[in-house]
Amino acid sequence: MTWLRSTGWRHLIGLATLVFALFPILFVISASLNPSGTLVGSNSLFSQLTLANYRNLLDDPMHPYAKWFLNTMVIGGLTAVGTVFLGACAAYAFSRFRFRGRRTGLLTLLLVQMFPQLLAYVAIFLLLLSLKDVFPVLGLGSRLGLVMVYLGGALGVNTYLMYGFFNTVPREIDESAKIDGASHAQIFFGIILRLVAPILAVIGLLSFVATINEFVIASVVLVDPDKQTLAVGMYQFVSQQFSEHWGVFAAGAFLGAVPVVLLFQFLQRYIVGGLTAGAVKG
Amino acid sequence: MSTATRPEGNDTTAAPSGRREPGPGPRLTRSGTVGLLVKLSALAVVNALGVYGLIALFANASWLGFAAMGVGLVVVDYVYFGKRAVAAKYLVPGLVFLLVYQVYVVLYTGVSAFTNYGDGHNNTKATAIATILSSNEDRVPDSPAYRLSVLSKDATLYFLVTDPAGKVSLGSAKQPLHPVGDAVKDSSGKAVSLPGYRTLSFTDLLAQQQKVTNLRVPFAQTGAGSLRTTDGSNAYVYRSTLRFDKARNEIVDTSTGQTYRDNGRGYFVDASGNTLEPGWQVFVGFENFTKILTDPNIRGPFAAVLTWTFALAGLSVLTTFAMGLLLAVALNDERMRGRRVYRSLLLMPYAVPAFMSALVWAGLFNTDFGFINAVLLHGAAIPWLSDPWLARFAVIFVNLWLGFPYMFLVSTGALQSIPTDIIEAARVDGASAWRIFASVKLPLLLVSLAPLLISSFAFNFNNFNLIYMLTGGGPKDLSAKVDVGATDILISFVYKIAFGGQDRQYGFASAVSILIFIIIASISAISFRRTRTLEELN
Repeated sequence: MTWLRSTGWRHLIGLATLVFALFPILFVISASLNPSGTLVGSNSLFSQLTLANYRNLLDDPMHPYAKWFLNTMVIGGLTAVGTVFLGACAAYAFSRFRFRGRRTGLLTLLLVQMFPQLLAYVAIFLLLLSLKDVFPVLGLGSRLGLVMVYLGGALGVNTYLMYGFFNTVPREIDESAKIDGASHAQIFFGIILRLVAPILAVIGLLSFVATINEFVIASVVLVDPDKQTLAVGMYQFVSQQFSEHWGVFAAGAFLGAVPVVLLFQFLQRYIVGGLTAGAVKG
Repeated sequence: MSTATRPEGNDTTAAPSGRREPGPGPRLTRSGTVGLLVKLSALAVVNALGVYGLIALFANASWLGFAAMGVGLVVVDYVYFGKRAVAAKYLVPGLVFLLVYQVYVVLYTGVSAFTNYGDGHNNTKATAIATILSSNEDRVPDSPAYRLSVLSKDATLYFLVTDPAGKVSLGSAKQPLHPVGDAVKDSSGKAVSLPGYRTLSFTDLLAQQQKVTNLRVPFAQTGAGSLRTTDGSNAYVYRSTLRFDKARNEIVDTSTGQTYRDNGRGYFVDASGNTLEPGWQVFVGFENFTKILTDPNIRGPFAAVLTWTFALAGLSVLTTFAMGLLLAVALNDERMRGRRVYRSLLLMPYAVPAFMSALVWAGLFNTDFGFINAVLLHGAAIPWLSDPWLARFAVIFVNLWLGFPYMFLVSTGALQSIPTDIIEAARVDGASAWRIFASVKLPLLLVSLAPLLISSFAFNFNNFNLIYMLTGGGPKDLSAKVDVGATDILISFVYKIAFGGQDRQYGFASAVSILIFIIIASISAISFRRTRTLEELN
């Protein structure tokens, strides 16, 4: 009885939530291994196990899953790296230099990014269409072009978050390095970036996930099925024949989620710190 | 879109780990040379691309792009070759992307909000006139026959024609007719083939009959009309009966004498109200904005969508925060074993890409085959996603699943940062555990988490993927005159107006986008001011 009152109820709540949290994931894993391949057939959990759905997923020339997967990882990875780099540079400027329009600049960044980029879809389409005549690699239909569009959102909330983190790095460190003859670039790349690595990891991860989830712009920029991302490809895939393709879709969802989940688990310590850092002040 | 998935905090006090003293002088100097080389080569590449871009833009006669590129290049060189603008060196890269891909497109949307851009009004007036004239062509009576061979190259069809005088010309839909010299002629003098092109045989013609008969090959001279064919062996001159009278700004039908006047709203209209398609883009002032309030077909659906958007955003924050907090309180006890395992596993819904989760939940909620009806409810046929209220419930429920781990994480962090002496003091004063939670912990928690809750509200206000992937905005409201469903939020509503199946109204959609922007920006500005998170900016 005392166990129940002290920690027992905590475990009960925890376990109940675990069931809620993990059930859909277990369902997807079960469906991906179920040979029936349909939604209704997937309801008998873990009754039969085969890899047939995975084979179908990777063999379908109409829906080049492997390419979608690779595209998604590359586009997401490049966007994450670019976002972190551009954001960190800007945060360094805001944190370490005093210049005219600094406060206004930072507030303007926050404001401008509140316009959801996906609503500007037509403008983006026309912009990339005309870019295609000048720099074909950045134009419509190009994966690199899509990354560039995403990088338009690199400065914003992220910069603000990093700015806060940069401010916690004591200025004395900069000063002493400067006395040793270091330039501002050496201080930035050699010292500051290493000290703020945790926040860089968090921003990178969140940007990666946001990119993977992005659907509207990716679907307008990338038309060729070989160049599409998982979000675009898989949505079209299930929206065509929802319940018949279920097993294959589940296999694709499972494979697609694995790298992200692993990253989350790997960076878990940083995420908890990075997310709460902003909120928690003494 | 490439900012954070979930809203984050704004400031921090957490000390970074692993502080290091700067390295000794000589190492820095050496890395300085490397740095200089990297900088110079990067600038060389940027300048090379910039100059190339200038040339290409000049060749395309896109003057706006040319000016922007020129100014950009000068600024970049000034900033990086000069020594004075140090802060700008760190800001310019991000700003370039921001200006091109965010500011420009936002401004473009802002301008479009004041136009009637959309289906029927897609282009400029000049293009509209050209389309109208070319689509109203008739065969010129008694015009001579041009002997024709249909050629193809790179999936494009060409007309190779021999005119009555024996001269040979080539043209396609995009390329006006122009004389060619090296065509091969048959015994009758008809040009039949051209090096580099494939001549379509009779069976080819049959196979592509539709494409061939629809092909319109214009003459080089404007107003001269075009050549078309009905049988693939003879082509005839087609000419528009319509004439554009520039001075009087009207289109005249020369065969009937009917006139179509520019009605000032992007259409040519005749006296009895017949319009010539297509129209063109014109500025309509605030019409798109006033339409939201005055158009009875829009007003009702818009109000419903707006209400539901606020309700969804509010309820999402409330439910996820309540559940996250409950979990955080429950699992935040040092005597408990397995806390790290719990945390790792509870993180899972947050880690799985949300678009996949939403699609999976759509399957689970499926009325006929979904697990919830078929297994959990023993074959009940509850229309989870096709009944308006059940669908709204499902959306909030799924969003709870997606969002509670985030709230759990931040609440745990906030709970752990509450100083223990405050709690101790309350305990000494004889406060019960519940009292300590309600009167001490919760207020402190709310103060510190307020910015995150506001960001979360803003995020859910525009949670497009959730709606699009789970319900598609449905179930559709069949009584409404516009395409709108019970779970449509503003952003998915706009998406349907702008890019939906029929009657796309991009100008109107832009106006609603601007409204969304204003709503979100004001909510954030007001609440950030009240929570004073921006105070440290000075």
